[in-house]
Amino acid sequence: MYHYDDFDHQLTAERVDQFRDQVRRRLSGELKEDDFRVLRLQNGIYMQVHGYMMRIAIPYGLASSAQVHKLAHIARTYDRGYGHLSTRQNIQFNWLRLEDTPEILAELATVEMHANQTSGSCIRSITSDELAGVARDEITDPRPFAEILRQWSTFHPEFAFLPRKFKVSVSGASEDRAATEINDVGVQVLKNAQGELGFRILVGGGLGRTPIIGQELVAFLPWQHLLTYMEAIVRVYNEFGRRDNLYKARIKILVQAIGIDEFRRQVEAEWQLHKDGPSTLTAAEVARVAAAFSTPAYEILPQLDASFEAAQRDDKAFANWVRRNVTAHKVNGYAAVWLSLKHPGQAPGDISADQLDVVAALADHYSFGELRISHLQNLVLADVKQSELYALWQEVKAAGLATPNIGLLTDIVCCPGADFCTLANARSISLAKAINERFEDYDYLHDIGDIDLNISGCVNACGHHHVAHIGILGVDKSGEEWYQVTIGGNKGTPAAIGKIIGRSFSFAQIPEVISRLLQVYVNERDEGERFIDTLRRIGHEPFKTFVYAEQVAEEAKLLLPDYEALQVGVPYELPYFSPRF
Amino acid sequence: MEIIKDKQVVNDTWQVLRLHEGDAADSIAVPQGKYLVPLPVWNCQWDALCERRELGLWLGGLERAEDIPDDVNRFPVIAIDIHKYTDGRGYTLAYRLRKQYDYRGELRAMGDVLLDQLSYLKRVGFDSFAMRADQNLQRALSGFDTFSVKYQASVDVVAPLFNRVARGVA
Repeated sequence: MYHYDDFDHQLTAERVDQFRDQVRRRLSGELKEDDFRVLRLQNGIYMQVHGYMMRIAIPYGLASSAQVHKLAHIARTYDRGYGHLSTRQNIQFNWLRLEDTPEILAELATVEMHANQTSGSCIRSITSDELAGVARDEITDPRPFAEILRQWSTFHPEFAFLPRKFKVSVSGASEDRAATEINDVGVQVLKNAQGELGFRILVGGGLGRTPIIGQELVAFLPWQHLLTYMEAIVRVYNEFGRRDNLYKARIKILVQAIGIDEFRRQVEAEWQLHKDGPSTLTAAEVARVAAAFSTPAYEILPQLDASFEAAQRDDKAFANWVRRNVTAHKVNGYAAVWLSLKHPGQAPGDISADQLDVVAALADHYSFGELRISHLQNLVLADVKQSELYALWQEVKAAGLATPNIGLLTDIVCCPGADFCTLANARSISLAKAINERFEDYDYLHDIGDIDLNISGCVNACGHHHVAHIGILGVDKSGEEWYQVTIGGNKGTPAAIGKIIGRSFSFAQIPEVISRLLQVYVNERDEGERFIDTLRRIGHEPFKTFVYAEQVAEEAKLLLPDYEALQVGVPYELPYFSPRF
Repeated sequence: MEIIKDKQVVNDTWQVLRLHEGDAADSIAVPQGKYLVPLPVWNCQWDALCERRELGLWLGGLERAEDIPDDVNRFPVIAIDIHKYTDGRGYTLAYRLRKQYDYRGELRAMGDVLLDQLSYLKRVGFDSFAMRADQNLQRALSGFDTFSVKYQASVDVVAPLFNRVARGVA
């Protein structure tokens, strides 16, 4: 992975000093909240329901074991012993005190980490494919370009105060696992007919209040022009993006308003001023960064390991886990392994300090000391020898991370929701737990097969519900939490936005609604057909009709006001050091 | 009034002419002395004003690059009014004035200008700062050199880091 040189270290240290001074001035009252808010956001710090939340960048989802141990240490020392992985491959700590945050940044800097631009109206932390470098369908490793973009966007002086947040993702495989179609800018690394390296650039994708699939801005941009072209895009957006209405400020609204052709014309005109200028990428710089992502020291192994084959025959539970949580690797004899953070009874994406230490140790032992965070809120050990999978599985199981549900109904993608987030209209994590409880039966889950279920607690759509096969959105109706259900979305290749099935439901009705949607699928499916395939074939109507045919009963236990407390005990006493009290 | 200019606190010798309600750009009187006039006033009255040597221009957030007069270097000072520090349009406008229009005079940020934005403002080409009234200018001087490392090119450095220095092995 990329390691900091002296310049990276120096800049990270200077950022810590800057923020330490800003927090000191905030605590002394010299800086008012209105002037401080943006400064803390650009260091990933939110004022949330219970306390200050910090979102730490894990650029393009890649972390070393030392970094993960450091996150465990932060969870124990400054938080309540756990963190939450976000859908942008970052990790969030929910229970921090503002006065500790500069020290946390200082600790992160010792392992080449930061929280730069993980929030705020700026170019956000860059995301990529969790299988980068190991995927069989990879054209080119996207991570060097993600790192080059990370550096270019870090403290870019012109673009710190954009109209709104600006999300970039980079993918280098034929299957898009980086959601490039729903980012403000999606960069697809590819090769043209002559075998030259370049990028297809999409613009104006995004979810939120106005879900839109990104449009092609340029079909093939030679690699040298990545930074000058990106700069042209962001400059046009900075000048012409709307600033009068928060909900119409994303680049997608600008692109919709003037049309992709006019937007392209403006970007190209701007680009001509700087094309081939000093910011043109050099082969030397690409090679320098790419060297950091070179292939680890793989052993020469047979394509299939005999002991691995035998273990699957002998141990059904292992075979189940392999079926869902292990995927093919481009190198013979290796596999990529998903560690599920979707254990029933646990908040999707939550990981404890002890688990962080365990997975860091597992990465050291089994996977060249590296871990990836997927945008579907699980972890990946990308380079495991097939011959060691059985041993790994036993350790993963002991750590509670071997739920064999990757890609299944209970692999729910979920934002923090109203349990934690001040923006949310409705609870997401609690609902995910309730759904997880209702559909605990593995045989049933395996029978249902591949299906994406996402939950967002509000229209900001952090849970990416629009692009799920079943999407659930928390909405506010006269101060009460309700949930709108969409079906037919798809997260990639090609992405699609789901359609709302009808009037919304209560918290306690949702598990039954999902059950009914699945019943339609089970009744209608052809052999080997996934939920989404059946839905595409027969259309939305049969699902809609069946869900609303009879009154949906509320699940009794979910109506208990202390349902959450009954289930997991009171997780916190309020008010803790909440800045709101 | 004091401003920061070339990283020093100095007395400002310029006054800002503002259009208030009821004022019209074509009829408002531009008093004698060193004035920064808003772009609409310049556009309406330029044939009368172009004789005056000590006349500066100020631009608001809504002004576009194409509205800017071609001969920007006739103005000893151009100010950009940052009405709210979170509005970043002024940064791109400043960048354009320096890079595209080759403006070499004093480029001033005025309005909601705060210590914590000075390093970025300086990078995109501002060299004087009429800060918000509650800011301590002496303290604010510490805000210029927050970052010694600059990954990307802007007005202050013409090339990105990788084209300026030999970088380490990643």
